[in-house]
Amino acid sequence: MEIWFSVAVGVATACGVFLMLRAHTFTLVLGLTLLSYAVNLFLFASGGLTTDSAAILGDKAINSDPLPQALVLTAIVIGFAMTAFACIQAMRARSESGHDHVDGKEQRDISTKTETP
Amino acid sequence: MKLFLLCFLPIIGVIVPILAKGFGRSQIAFFTALLPSVSLALLFSEMFAVFDGAVISHQIAWVSSLGLNLSLRLDGLAFLFATLILGIGLLVILYARYYLSERDNMSRFYSYLILFMAAMLGVVLSGNLIQMWFFWEMTSISSFLLISFWNHKSEARKGARLALTVTGFGGLCLLAGVILIGETVGSYELDVVLNAGDLIRTSSYYPQILILVLLGAFTKSAQFPFHFWLPHAMAAPTPVSAYLHSATMVKAGVFLLARLYPALSGTDMWFVLVTTTGLMTLLYGAYTAVFQHDLKGLLAYSTISHLGLITLLFGLNRDMAAVAAVFHIINHATFKASLFMGAGIIDHESGSRDMRKLNGLYRYMPITATLAMVAAAAMAGVPLLNGFLSKEMFFAEVLEQRTIGAISWLIPVLATVGAALSVAYSLRFIHDVFFNGEPRDLPKTPHEPPRYMRVPVEVLVAICLLVGAFPAFTIGALLNSAGQATINNAVPEFSLAIWHGFNIPLLMSFIAIVGGVLIYMSRKHLFRFQASFQTINASEIFDKVIHQIQCGAQKVIGWIDNGSYQRSAFILAAFALLMLAIPISKISEPLERLAHTNVEIPVIVGCILLILGSIATVLVSHQRIIALAMLSLVGLVVSIAFNYYSAPDLALTQVLVEVVAVILLLLTLYFFPQTTPSSTTGPAGFARDILLASTIGAVIGTVCLLMLTYHSESVSQFYIDNAKTGGGGTNVVNVILVDFRGFDTMGEILVLGIAALGIYKLIARMRLSIRTRDAQGRLWSEDKHPMILSVVSQSLLPLALLISAYIFLRGHNLPGGGFIAGLITAVAMILQYFAHGVSWVIARNKIVYQSLIVSGLMIALLTGMAPLFWGYPFLTTWFDYFTLPVIGKFELTSALVFDLGVYLTVVGSTMLILSNLGKLTTNQRLKVKER
Repeated sequence: MEIWFSVAVGVATACGVFLMLRAHTFTLVLGLTLLSYAVNLFLFASGGLTTDSAAILGDKAINSDPLPQALVLTAIVIGFAMTAFACIQAMRARSESGHDHVDGKEQRDISTKTETP
Repeated sequence: MKLFLLCFLPIIGVIVPILAKGFGRSQIAFFTALLPSVSLALLFSEMFAVFDGAVISHQIAWVSSLGLNLSLRLDGLAFLFATLILGIGLLVILYARYYLSERDNMSRFYSYLILFMAAMLGVVLSGNLIQMWFFWEMTSISSFLLISFWNHKSEARKGARLALTVTGFGGLCLLAGVILIGETVGSYELDVVLNAGDLIRTSSYYPQILILVLLGAFTKSAQFPFHFWLPHAMAAPTPVSAYLHSATMVKAGVFLLARLYPALSGTDMWFVLVTTTGLMTLLYGAYTAVFQHDLKGLLAYSTISHLGLITLLFGLNRDMAAVAAVFHIINHATFKASLFMGAGIIDHESGSRDMRKLNGLYRYMPITATLAMVAAAAMAGVPLLNGFLSKEMFFAEVLEQRTIGAISWLIPVLATVGAALSVAYSLRFIHDVFFNGEPRDLPKTPHEPPRYMRVPVEVLVAICLLVGAFPAFTIGALLNSAGQATINNAVPEFSLAIWHGFNIPLLMSFIAIVGGVLIYMSRKHLFRFQASFQTINASEIFDKVIHQIQCGAQKVIGWIDNGSYQRSAFILAAFALLMLAIPISKISEPLERLAHTNVEIPVIVGCILLILGSIATVLVSHQRIIALAMLSLVGLVVSIAFNYYSAPDLALTQVLVEVVAVILLLLTLYFFPQTTPSSTTGPAGFARDILLASTIGAVIGTVCLLMLTYHSESVSQFYIDNAKTGGGGTNVVNVILVDFRGFDTMGEILVLGIAALGIYKLIARMRLSIRTRDAQGRLWSEDKHPMILSVVSQSLLPLALLISAYIFLRGHNLPGGGFIAGLITAVAMILQYFAHGVSWVIARNKIVYQSLIVSGLMIALLTGMAPLFWGYPFLTTWFDYFTLPVIGKFELTSALVFDLGVYLTVVGSTMLILSNLGKLTTNQRLKVKER
């Protein structure tokens, strides 16, 4: 199952990074969210994947690692704040420039020469 | 303590001239000279101890845990230099009193001068290499201030900048070298380093150490090819040139050679580097000096040449040569400082430094002329003067060395040539200036300077004469102890007599004097020859180089950041990939461990869903609302995954954040076009991005797999073992959050609060058009707040609040806690906005979310601070068990109060963000008074 998990994390990362390389702010926010999912899963995996043994002290022996869980918990909440911040910045940029392109204006095609008069 | 005062009194002295500003010029000079005089007296009180070979050291603990102490150390070498610094410093203070004009800001000048003096003393008295480096840099900075003292002159500013750049570069090299020495030896203390010479020489770092330290020394001592800054530093007032650029600062480089002589010398590499540099500097400086028309230019190149001589002596790897070098340091400091002062007097009283105009001054200023002639004769190495003695020793030493085999004879020959050139320029100094006809169009008629302006010159010239005539008596003990400290060993037998009989060194001296006279006589031809070469102005080249560096930097920046976000993001991601790929390519373990992993159907289903959701988000990203739906599918799978893998807290948090995040993204989308326009990136850019993204994904996936298949000891067992006994809770995740790592959590809610407030600020003044139709062009539904939703949500609210209270309270022992409860509350409240509209909620809900955030943060902070009153560290938690009738046994813990702070911050932040964002869609939007 580890290989499946890893492939899923890898694909989510790749998709997130790809979206973050796009040219429109909303797509960027989508990419950021997707990347956060991947990163959280990745961090979570650092404690190992164990089923049926939550980190609650009781009669069962605990195998799951509570530390990555605590880290990821705050990461999720902060991730939300970060996404919100990115959203607002995108909106603000649109309100100021009237455009939702990342550079505030339609970029000259960077594959051709950048020097335009 | 004496040593401490000796070193630090001048530092206090920096403010004395400023305090004395109101007094007359002589008084300022007097007060300025007070503290250095005390220092000098303190120094002399240690004289006999030092001459007996004692090393006096004094340490003051500073950051002992890092091994950082203020460490002072006085041995023979340090004593010699401290004497030069303080003694010549005092003479320069007296001299400058008369040199500076009424218009000059005297207290500022003295302040800089004393700053330099303090820095220089720090260099020579430091017992720790890092500390020494610190003072070393301070000398560069104070020298910058002094050279640019007449900052209305462009050449002064340029000269200062050039000097700072060159010596600053050397200083950084020195720091690197010193750190390498410290790494090799294990200590920065001089006592340890000096006795670890063998360790350093055999270390594999030795070449690097040597080159770096030598770069520091050579730039400071103006050695070829770093000499070019010194002539430009002559734009400084002459007292500065006399002090810094002849007697002290440029000697810091050779001081470093002397100081680290026991640690670094003795190898062939040392010999080749130091001797070659010294020899080239000696010849180049002497040759160039002959052709200078500026009096100070001549002296500057002559200084370069003499520093080359000293360097050459250190390079010979012979103990006696090192002693000779130390001797020449003393002699050069005395005659060169007096010559600079003499040149300053001539400049001051005749208004020119140009030797083509200055002629026949002997008739106008006979006393000054006599003094200058004696000093110049010492520079030329005329017998009965101090320069002769050290030059004889120099000749004897170059004759003795045999390191370069059959061509060893070359060094004595070249040394003689250098000495001849030295005689030639000394002769030119004497003959051109004081004789050779009448002065030509000088701005003023030359005359003798004020009586006391000549005193410093007289003192120095007297020393030249005394040392020259009675060397053993005057300088023997000092030289012996300084030499002993330099070579860290007993000084070989040497004789300071004037007459050693007819020998080769004497012959070399004779040849040099005769040769020098011949060179001077044929100067007309030489000048014509020299005029056929183009002159090089180092300052202009420097400006050009700086300009080119700036242009180059601009180009690089323009290439990296051309204003396109996509380009920057690509570079960032590519760099991250590079940083990841390098270490991961070194992990040799193959993926064989995979063989024994089991297959679980639910996991496979979940992973396939997650993969499909991610890919679908990308594929439909141009249809934004569908992409959002696909994205939330991924989020849902993630929360299920958390639940499946025994992380109920995470699953709860993820589900709740999912809700608020989707609301957030929907609200955002409301203000954006519903589709993404076709890309302008072009197919090449697309392929490039896909390639990069998939490589990053592959690498991250691999790392994840390696991590999952690799089992190691983790610190987590500590938390599991101590959660109940130390934190009083059974939910280990929550105990970590509010207790073990409470400080982290506190930082995190602080970030959350700041983000929310930042968003609030950004929302204000935002102008966005309100949309009236959906993507398909249909008007919004008339029924904005459906009846059923209103009724259900309203009755759900108390229930949700109750659940959130329950989740909050049980959090310490069962899944839950402040974060989760806060999110539940927020979701329930947002539902009210949905169901009833903004105005309905505003009419009923008077909570100011900002104050909710602030009170949450304050509660967390105060809970953390409370233990301080009982003498416990910040954020120590307290818990105990109580029993009440009916309820039974229950637990009270301070962590719960902390968690309340978390709860309030989460509620406040989430609501502040979402409610204000929601208000943008209505006419209740946040209004800010226009200024």
